[in-house]
Parts: sequence; structure tokens; C-alpha cells
Amino acid sequence: MARPPGARERNFEAYVAGAAGRLLHAATLLTTEPPGRAPRAQALLTAALGTTYARWDRLRGEDPYDLTRRELAGRFARAAWRFHRPRGGVLSRLTPLERLVVVLRLYEGVAEEQTAALLGLPAERVRATCTRAVSVLRGTHGTGRVPGTREAAGAPHVVPGTRGDAPGAAPGTATAVRPAPGRGHTPGPDHPPGRGRPPGAGQAPETRGAP
Amino acid sequence: MSAYDRKEDEVRRMLDAPPRGQVPPDLLPRALDRGTRALHRARLLRRLLWLLLTASAVAFAVWASVAEPWHTPPAGVTPPFLGW
Repeated sequence: MARPPGARERNFEAYVAGAAGRLLHAATLLTTEPPGRAPRAQALLTAALGTTYARWDRLRGEDPYDLTRRELAGRFARAAWRFHRPRGGVLSRLTPLERLVVVLRLYEGVAEEQTAALLGLPAERVRATCTRAVSVLRGTHGTGRVPGTREAAGAPHVVPGTRGDAPGAAPGTATAVRPAPGRGHTPGPDHPPGRGRPPGAGQAPETRGAP
Repeated sequence: MSAYDRKEDEVRRMLDAPPRGQVPPDLLPRALDRGTRALHRARLLRRLLWLLLTASAVAFAVWASVAEPWHTPPAGVTPPFLGW
């Protein structure tokens, strides 16, 4: 009776030691904070890990990493309106939903159907969002330095450059590159927790927004 | 590999590119604290609900034993029929 709590804590500690780095990176990508100090990402991750710990005894063979990731994505989606403002990270130019889809699909490698189920969106919309996010990232990223990005994972030089050069200028360039009017303010198609939005309603602005 | 896969790979490299932030040392204690508090809250809620259920069951039993609602109430409307 006295031992089980200790064993649980030790298991959880080992799990956090193994997974926290990757999860924190994902959370930092979501909140678009610079890697050095990311209080919002840390708060998100702490909350998600707390929930995981609370359910640790009732996992029943479920993957704790998957649970934490779902919790993290859910918390970010529910609080997406707080994360509209870009903070200088790699994904600053994307809307919260696009960031979520990109991080889940491309960084974490979650399958399209699972992402769709997690976000409560139709799979087509997830695919469309991902495609648009990829084109946006490559479009803004590739301006002026297409050969540089092509040749490699030498991107460490490139990406911090674009990020570090002008954190203040990032929103400006974003609006210049993507002239869709009032993107950041229209809560319509960009809010992640799509509560049963019919596919057609979501698609129309998507196609209009992507020239 | 299709063109789109190549683009996705490019974006994947971009996502991996930024240096990893250091995991703060107090992340684990804070998460443990939150998780423990959530557990305690859930336990307290569960206990309260059980208590409510038990109390209502006891109250019902006491009321039923006192009121005995399964007996037909004495009919008080007909006067005693005497002297026929």
C-alpha cells in the first residue's frame, strides 16, 4: 500500500525525462515562441503532463506519449484565440489551426485520419490545411533563397536567420505575402475546434484564401 | 517520391531545425503537483457523490419504513354502516 505511489512517480519521472524534450519542442512550435524562453509552451506542456500523471494508473496499456500529445493539442486548440499573435518562431506565419495540423502531421507524424478525429474536422479539411500550410511555409521561406533551402538540412543557418533578423518585421512580411484581408481577425475557418462545421462551409474560404 | 512529398520533407526539416529549448528543471515537480491535485480533486468529488448516493438511499429507506406507502390508505370517505 505504501509502495505503489513511489513506483508510479518513478515511472512517470522516467517517462518525462524521455519525452519532455520532444514535447516541449512541439509545444514551442505551436506557440511560435523562440526556443530559449517559451513560458507559454512550458505552461501548456506542464498542464498536459499533469493530466497524464493524473491518469497514469488508468492508462490500461495506452501510450502515455499519445495521451500527452492529445492533451497538448486539445489544450492548444481550446486556447487558440490566445495564440493568434505570432511570436517569432518558425510557424509564425500560420494560423493556430495550420500550426496544429503541421505539427501533428509533419513533426509528430500522426496519420491524417487520427489528426482529423483529434481536431474534430473532416479529413479533407486537414489535408487542405496541411497543403496550404506547406505552401505558405515554403513560399515565405523560399523567397530569395530557394537554392539554399533545397540543398539541405543546413536549414539551421537559414531558419534562425529569417527568424532572428527581424522578429518585429515578421507580421509585416506575413501580411505582405498573404494579402487575404483580415485573416487574423476572422474567426471563421481558422478556429481549430471546428464544432461540426460542414465540409463545404470550411472549404469555401480555404479555396478563396489560397491563390 | 512525389513533388508534394519533397515539399513536406522540406517543411519537416524546417520544423526540426530550430535548436531544442532546454527543458526547465521544475517542469516535472510542477506537472506532478498539478497531477496530484487533479487526482485529489477527482477523489474528493467521487467521495462526495458516493456520500450523496448513500445518504439518499438511507433517507429513502427511513421514509419508506415510516410511511409504508405500499399499504392502501384507510378510506376515510365512507361513514360506518350500522343499524341495517
